[in-house]
Amino acid sequence: MSVLDSKIPSGPLAHKWTHHKDHVNLVNPANKRLIDVIVVGTGLAGSSAAASLAEMGYNVKALCFQDSPRRAHSIAAQGGINAAKNYQNDGDSTFRLFYDTIKGGDYRSREANVYRLAEVSASIIDQCVAQGVPFARDYGGLLDNRSFGGVLVSRTFYAKGQTGQQLLLGAYSALSRQIAKGKVEMLNRHEMLDVVLVGGKARGIIARNLVTGEIERISAHAVVLASGGYGNVFFLSTNAMGSNVTAAWKAHKKGAFFANPCFTQIHPTCIPVSGDYQSKLTLMSESLRNDGRIWVPKKLEDVKAIRDGSKKPVQIAEEDRDYYLERRYPSFGNLVPRDVASRAAKERCDEGYGVNKTGEAVFLDFSSAIMRYGKTEARIRGIENPSTDQVRALGEEVVGNKYGNLFQMYEKITDDNPYKTPMKIYPAVHYTMGGIWVDYNLQTTVPGLFATGEANFSDHGANRLGASALMQGLADGYFVLPYTIGEYLASDIRTGKISTDLPEFEAAEKAVRDQLNKFINNKGTQPVDFFHKKLGRIMWDQCGMARSAEGLTKAIADIQALRKDFFANVRVSGKLDELNPELEKAMRVADFIDLGELMCKDALERNESCGGHFRTEYQTEEGEALRDDVNYAYVAAWEYTGSPADSILHKEDLKFEEVELKQRSYK
Amino acid sequence: MNLTLKVWRQNGANDKGRLESYQVKDISPDMSFLEMMDVLNDQIIVEGKDPVAFDHDCREGICGSCSMFINGEAHGPGRGITTCQLHMRTFNDGDTIYIEPWRAAAFPVIKDLVTDRSAFDRIIQAGGYVSVNTSGNTQDANALPIPKDDADKAFDAATCIGCGACVATCKNSSAMLFVSAKVSQLALLPQGDPERTTRALHMVEQMDKEGFGNCTNTGACEVECPKEISLENIARLNREYLRASVNPDK
Repeated sequence: MSVLDSKIPSGPLAHKWTHHKDHVNLVNPANKRLIDVIVVGTGLAGSSAAASLAEMGYNVKALCFQDSPRRAHSIAAQGGINAAKNYQNDGDSTFRLFYDTIKGGDYRSREANVYRLAEVSASIIDQCVAQGVPFARDYGGLLDNRSFGGVLVSRTFYAKGQTGQQLLLGAYSALSRQIAKGKVEMLNRHEMLDVVLVGGKARGIIARNLVTGEIERISAHAVVLASGGYGNVFFLSTNAMGSNVTAAWKAHKKGAFFANPCFTQIHPTCIPVSGDYQSKLTLMSESLRNDGRIWVPKKLEDVKAIRDGSKKPVQIAEEDRDYYLERRYPSFGNLVPRDVASRAAKERCDEGYGVNKTGEAVFLDFSSAIMRYGKTEARIRGIENPSTDQVRALGEEVVGNKYGNLFQMYEKITDDNPYKTPMKIYPAVHYTMGGIWVDYNLQTTVPGLFATGEANFSDHGANRLGASALMQGLADGYFVLPYTIGEYLASDIRTGKISTDLPEFEAAEKAVRDQLNKFINNKGTQPVDFFHKKLGRIMWDQCGMARSAEGLTKAIADIQALRKDFFANVRVSGKLDELNPELEKAMRVADFIDLGELMCKDALERNESCGGHFRTEYQTEEGEALRDDVNYAYVAAWEYTGSPADSILHKEDLKFEEVELKQRSYK
Repeated sequence: MNLTLKVWRQNGANDKGRLESYQVKDISPDMSFLEMMDVLNDQIIVEGKDPVAFDHDCREGICGSCSMFINGEAHGPGRGITTCQLHMRTFNDGDTIYIEPWRAAAFPVIKDLVTDRSAFDRIIQAGGYVSVNTSGNTQDANALPIPKDDADKAFDAATCIGCGACVATCKNSSAMLFVSAKVSQLALLPQGDPERTTRALHMVEQMDKEGFGNCTNTGACEVECPKEISLENIARLNREYLRASVNPDK
């Protein structure tokens, strides 16, 4: 029997959550005032949880490393948020959203969690609209929807290409209201550097004030990690520069199991790498695949001509273009899930069809959509026999209204006008499905320590569908955690304030100080980024879109060597007691190195291909992922015992009662 | 290309601060401005000195962290962009570039190019929200149709990223564009209506308390705003404030 108890309620799938909510322990309003909760991170999962818990009456202390909670990286989410509203009357339902998510995740997530996610999705939209989130609307004043990859309905709500921004500002406004009331104590520019356990329970954290360098002890009856994903282990990703794994990793070292670390999402549509100096990659929303068609030339001589500039993409005749997603997956076409689209792009580029100088880019072309919309628009406006130029201009207007900010972003970065010439795109690291293991109550293996949003592993299996990250972050924060945390806190009503003078706080603070001092006093020669870039290269080459036992074994040895090199030769300038971004980075990279090793170990252990995890040894004749449900239908939860190399694997078997396991087909 | 950088260095709010000169070489025109700053900092670190502190995070123009005053302009040359979206192709080999922090009494310098913009958070806390608790039982999102035009205008106002370029560029250090964007968004939507009066009054009161200057309708804020928030919002804020002041019971 596994040490992992997922605490999935009994009963039929559709009734589990309602039944569970009806029977969890409640904390009465007077007692809530006696209970403190720490929330680490203020993205969608953190802000929504902090605001909701404070509204309920708990005393909340929230932290973010940014200068304002409004800047958390959820702000950058572009395309939209899913909800089973069926406003488009296209047959959507809670079950379909659940089914699409399970299938999209390649059958590596928990049925009960995913069903609950689908169930609360509709409430999220209601809540956000009530907060004044300005979603896109149609002419009748009702909410508009669009479609995303891996589904056959339109259930995605959006606000141009800035949906994450609008949702986060909604949650931030709710949070601000509670800060004003004094129910949330907001600590900006603070970074959590350890979790403190007292009697085996999470009772607080050690944080560094990033402006003054002070080390602070913060106590509470429970700690919620909403600290986001770890995509920056690859150095280059679509994550913000500051996004990091430190809070999650410190929790892992204190006993929280880390689940499926190798499940990372490589997003198919990002702006390609242009040089060694590059600091980050920029996503072009998946929503663009509603209207953009992906292609490369059919003939290698055309590829060559495009690369040397003697031919422009618009000069390639229609019959000489290979719309490879439409060719390989006729029923889903350009809207196949992300893992499938990314691998297909890699396949074409590996065969030599990449269309930029580095050979790592494909076209995303809007010309068909522009002409199609232009014709409709001309008809709406009553223009008879419009000229081609007129149609194109009208079409560009329509496309601009849908994706204007994305097109502008693209043009600023590349200096190319995507209305006139196809975008060049290539897959890039975007999201991490793996994360801290949690049970149905979102509690980790450490009592009193919870994880929400991208920081946990729970809902997306081996591949996340587009527009589902925002859904999960807000579901956890608004509608799941505020209920389930009561089950734990109900036993804490007589505990009273937790003292920060306890020896456990003392010891944790000392360990943090020792690590900080070590970096400051290190007599190295290279900046932190030098090592981070090396780690990123190893991870991208061996633990990226394609993985093999041989490559992963080599990567583990390389990372172990890199760790020695890093601690011996890193130079951290500046002082402890001041704003010191280099010191912040050094602390984060130390944890990324450990995590990178665990990711490779996890990927090596999983002898199958599923979702974003593609082991070259395990593929079908057509090059599709080959799952092994007999041996690998489990969650891999790793226990830390001193170093990633010594981590112990625990398995949570996944049981599928409602869904039949099949090979995913998007053909 | 090779460039001379004149960068503002200031060790905390009590330090007087000064411009220091640096040389950077082999800068690619495809680099973003902040990537050029990364090159500078790596160079400074290898020399054993203290790198330039600056705020930045998403590097795609949406988080509102980056905030550099470049050659006398908030977010540098170019319209509708943040500092992180500025690319080196805008500059020429041999250029001298001046880089300073936002300068406003309400945004004290923390270090070098990093300022404290928490005044913006406190203005939002004064009323930039709809008082609705999480419940799961608010009415259906489509129960209340909102005219597309209102929804679009509310959205345009809501795209503000809170970077503070409007304040930095204003000769009076006024925060009117920032405040008006939030007041407009919520005034245009039915959900914001019940608190319309108190919101306008409280947010303006907090803005004044923070030490921002008055608006004299110069319009520099609109020109420099990376999200191109329209001056019309300031006009709407003035109407909202007047309405609230003369008829505070409504």
